[in-house]
Amino acid sequence: MDQVMHAAAPPVPQPKRRHRQNQGYWRRFGVFYLMMAPALIVLLLNNYLPMIGSVIAFKNVNYQVGIWKSPWVGFENFQYLFNASDAWRITRNTILYNAVFIVLNMAVGVAFALMFNAMRSRRAAKFHQTMMFLPYFLSWVIITYLVYGFLNPEIGMLNKTILPWFGVERTIDWYTEPKWWTVILPIVNTWKGIGYYAVFYLAAIIGIDQEYYEAATLDGASKWRQIWTITIPLIRPVIIVLTLLQIGRIFYADFGLFYQVTRNAGSLYDTTLVIDTYVYQGFIVTGDVGMSSAAGLYQAVIGFVLVLCSNLIIRRISKEDALF
Amino acid sequence: MSEMTGKIKAFRGSEISRPADVAINVFFTIYTILCIFPLLLVLVVSFSDEKTVLVNGYSLFPSQLNLAAYDFLLNDWANVVRSYGISVFVTLAGTIASLAMMALYAYPISRRDFKHRGIFSFIMVFTILYNAGLVPFYIMYTQYLHLQNTVWALMIPYLIQAFFVLVMRTFFTNSVPVELLESAKIDGAGEWRIFAQVVLPLSLPVLASVGLLCTLNYWNDWFMSMLFVNDNVHVNIQYRMYKALQDLQYLSSNSTAYAAILAQNPNFQMPSETVRMAMAVIGIGPIVFAYPFFQRFFIRGLTVGAVKG
Repeated sequence: MDQVMHAAAPPVPQPKRRHRQNQGYWRRFGVFYLMMAPALIVLLLNNYLPMIGSVIAFKNVNYQVGIWKSPWVGFENFQYLFNASDAWRITRNTILYNAVFIVLNMAVGVAFALMFNAMRSRRAAKFHQTMMFLPYFLSWVIITYLVYGFLNPEIGMLNKTILPWFGVERTIDWYTEPKWWTVILPIVNTWKGIGYYAVFYLAAIIGIDQEYYEAATLDGASKWRQIWTITIPLIRPVIIVLTLLQIGRIFYADFGLFYQVTRNAGSLYDTTLVIDTYVYQGFIVTGDVGMSSAAGLYQAVIGFVLVLCSNLIIRRISKEDALF
Repeated sequence: MSEMTGKIKAFRGSEISRPADVAINVFFTIYTILCIFPLLLVLVVSFSDEKTVLVNGYSLFPSQLNLAAYDFLLNDWANVVRSYGISVFVTLAGTIASLAMMALYAYPISRRDFKHRGIFSFIMVFTILYNAGLVPFYIMYTQYLHLQNTVWALMIPYLIQAFFVLVMRTFFTNSVPVELLESAKIDGAGEWRIFAQVVLPLSLPVLASVGLLCTLNYWNDWFMSMLFVNDNVHVNIQYRMYKALQDLQYLSSNSTAYAAILAQNPNFQMPSETVRMAMAVIGIGPIVFAYPFFQRFFIRGLTVGAVKG
């Protein structure tokens, strides 16, 4: 509309028109900047300014001199990090655990959703859904207590009651033997999180048009065949998007799971130390700023690439589900 | 088959067979028990006699019950109540502040006539893509903002969650008709009035859902207390529970009641296992009570604005 008016009006000298247009912008949208200001300030302090602090990874930080005057050491911190076997171990743990979690979330989530959908009684289905979802809302601290009730070496339910049932005589010192945790952690993680994924998949399954099933029934297809040829292909986009979202975050571990549930037992670090807990241990507990900030930057950069790539792929598949 | 000869009912596609349905129901009954059983165990042990627990182990059917654990905690109620207070304050104030700030950010970037909304959307989305990590974050809060040992360190990190802002933006774009905004503008309303009187009332579903998820984030957090608080005063209840389990000495060394009891009765042994479980019950209680009422909104909050269908 502005352009129409300008075409109709007599020509106006350039500077005046720009000034008037600018004034119009601020008059219209200045309020928006005011509205966004609080959130922007928080983002600045919480997210953007700390990004500058990433340079710590390239310095040998001496608190006496302060961060900015500390000597620049280039990639030395990264060399220490990758020469020690720690870097390989924490990367392996992070990626392997997350891969297992992703597979379990998908398989168990889809299975549960299919079963909920197949149940004849809607009320029973709703009830079991509600129960299944409860662990999702418990904090990791609470889950640690629940796990502790089973894994306490002297008086926990596993050693005292359940294992003797199965005739196993020896007591296992759960919190000092690393090998069991490759099984314990996926079980706990799935138990806590499955409600989230099952609900997503169930929502997708419910959205499938009944006509497909009617046609298949008229053609004589059994229920199992219908699930295999109709349900699963039609929820494939949902499965792919959710899986891609998780793959994007494969370099980030759930701190609560790996720190709390294992009770941060050092003897378990071989199989339970992940990048996030390594950075925490190194920085807060040990005070080794160099290695922990190098590990942190390593995670941030690779994590960024992965999240970006996975989102670009999601964009090709289903635009509404992508972040941008 | 049965559909043709049976009574008239809505066609649902073929039903699964009876045996399969029974099998599924049995499976989920077992799974439901698996979800409830651990919580029940913690509850029962908190009411058990300490000596029985030490001898027979954790069990749903202890030979002796008593209230010694709660008695001990009740003596030390000041610490627990203060931690609860911190949790409640941070959760309530944090959720309200968070909702307000996020909605105020989501509204401008949802307006199609705002020329620069792309830039501000990007500013928000980028925080999901790149996270500078723990070290700079910690240094920022302690050495520059000096927020250690304050409740603000527990609240500020969770104020702006980019994902929720995007959910709100999608909701504003899709569910607030542009015609309503335009007619409000024609009526002479400024942006603040449009936001407060047109957009917000229509957005109650998304505000409720996001609000509940924010509440959950704040209530379940223990990490910020662990990072930023070391004075035992500004910790929230989750952190106190964590410490009670991790550090056997924590309960006794931080308890004035314990010192008093010990002064009177030097042989007093704190019933540590049952007291820990009692702490857990106190921490879990609110969530389990509130859960049946709010789970519908929680679930809707998770699926709103996310995956289609």
